[in-house]
Amino acid sequence: MINKVIHTVEEAIAGVESNMTFMVGGFGLSGIPENCIAALSKKEIFGLTCISNNAGVDDFGLGLLLKRKQIKKMISSYVGENAEFERQMLSGELEVDLIPQGSLAERCRAGGAGIPAFFTPAGFGTEVAEGKEVREYNGKPHILESALTADFAFIKAWKGDTAGNLIYKGTARNFNPLMAMAGKITVAEVEELVPAGELDPNQIHTPGIFVQRILQGEKYEKRIEQRTVRKRE
Amino acid sequence: MALDKNQIAQRIAQELEHNMYVNLGIGIPTLVANYIPKGIDIEFQSENGLLGMGPFPFEGEEDPDMINAGKQTITTMPGAALFDSATSFAMIRGRHVQLTVLGAMEVSENGDIANWKIPGKMVKGMGGAMDLVASADNIIVAMMHTNRQGESKILKKCTLPITGVNCIKKVVTNLAVLEVTKDGFKLLERAPGVSVEEVIAATQAELIIEGNILEMQF
Repeated sequence: MINKVIHTVEEAIAGVESNMTFMVGGFGLSGIPENCIAALSKKEIFGLTCISNNAGVDDFGLGLLLKRKQIKKMISSYVGENAEFERQMLSGELEVDLIPQGSLAERCRAGGAGIPAFFTPAGFGTEVAEGKEVREYNGKPHILESALTADFAFIKAWKGDTAGNLIYKGTARNFNPLMAMAGKITVAEVEELVPAGELDPNQIHTPGIFVQRILQGEKYEKRIEQRTVRKRE
Repeated sequence: MALDKNQIAQRIAQELEHNMYVNLGIGIPTLVANYIPKGIDIEFQSENGLLGMGPFPFEGEEDPDMINAGKQTITTMPGAALFDSATSFAMIRGRHVQLTVLGAMEVSENGDIANWKIPGKMVKGMGGAMDLVASADNIIVAMMHTNRQGESKILKKCTLPITGVNCIKKVVTNLAVLEVTKDGFKLLERAPGVSVEEVIAATQAELIIEGNILEMQF
């Protein structure tokens, strides 16, 4: 058994330097690596390229890094919840590459799976297709999208073991398993870390081979973005 | 009387068929789930990784790990399944999801849709919309017929950056039901109390009008 455990968030982000590219898992605020993001936001690291479906909110998640202008470029599919983000983007301070969500997911998956590029119908005929090769398959035009990889991938799972195997919960899975595969160094933070052998191998979502460091997160706020409820009858 | 948003959703719900997998966009499309006709079973797909999406949770039962694509807290139905984003878009791109309902800022007579960007003003991103419109076999647009300035959103050609080309099949607005044919928009139904002339006056694109256009039935 290869032991991947680290004990502090400082060790988790060790080696992250200015101008690096990193991936951050999560959809909205669900399944984001809260502890690693908070730690990164306290470091003197700037000029980062960040690949993440969303950009957090003004005072939580990636919003913390945006506020300190640590991020030079965002690669995302939807950034509507962050006013500071929109301001930096419209003023030109922040470079933004918006790509279709399915293409973003598949580009991460491809990056981790050793597939350098693929054709997809998403985005054909739109701004997204500008400068990209077009080929027709089954009578329909497709555009060439390239794989994404990163110096670091920061992801969040529900449970993990010392060998780096991960299990996600609910819709907090989202981009995490894909980014886990695409990081040169993948750092997984989990709510519950258990000894190897305690998780059922049948239930593992991300095999430990994709994870280089695993950390039991100190605490989780798990903020809800849109609290919607129904009345009891 | 023009329809309100709930009535637009109610009219779209009539398009649902038994045992369909359906993806609903944010806004009016979300309301469609409230009007599923009796005797029809539908499974809703949420592109952040859930098939078999249920209603909002009861107060006190919200789970931050259980949200829909609009980041709202939701629940799962019996038989639901959870998965990652690549699998989710395999369902969409691979045409396993049979119907997509989404909102739009503009649609055009060749079936183009624009709903993700107003240059220099509103840049929130396309989310999953481009993947959805590029692959779904059946796409219904739910929207108001005109924008806040009273200008038609049903155009000969979209003016905003487009989300997808030649893809939408039907448009349901507060005034009418339109089908996108190879010759352009065909008027199928009008809202109760709204005349054909009123629909024409509110529409920039040409409308194909054949025979007597009936009112929508609820």
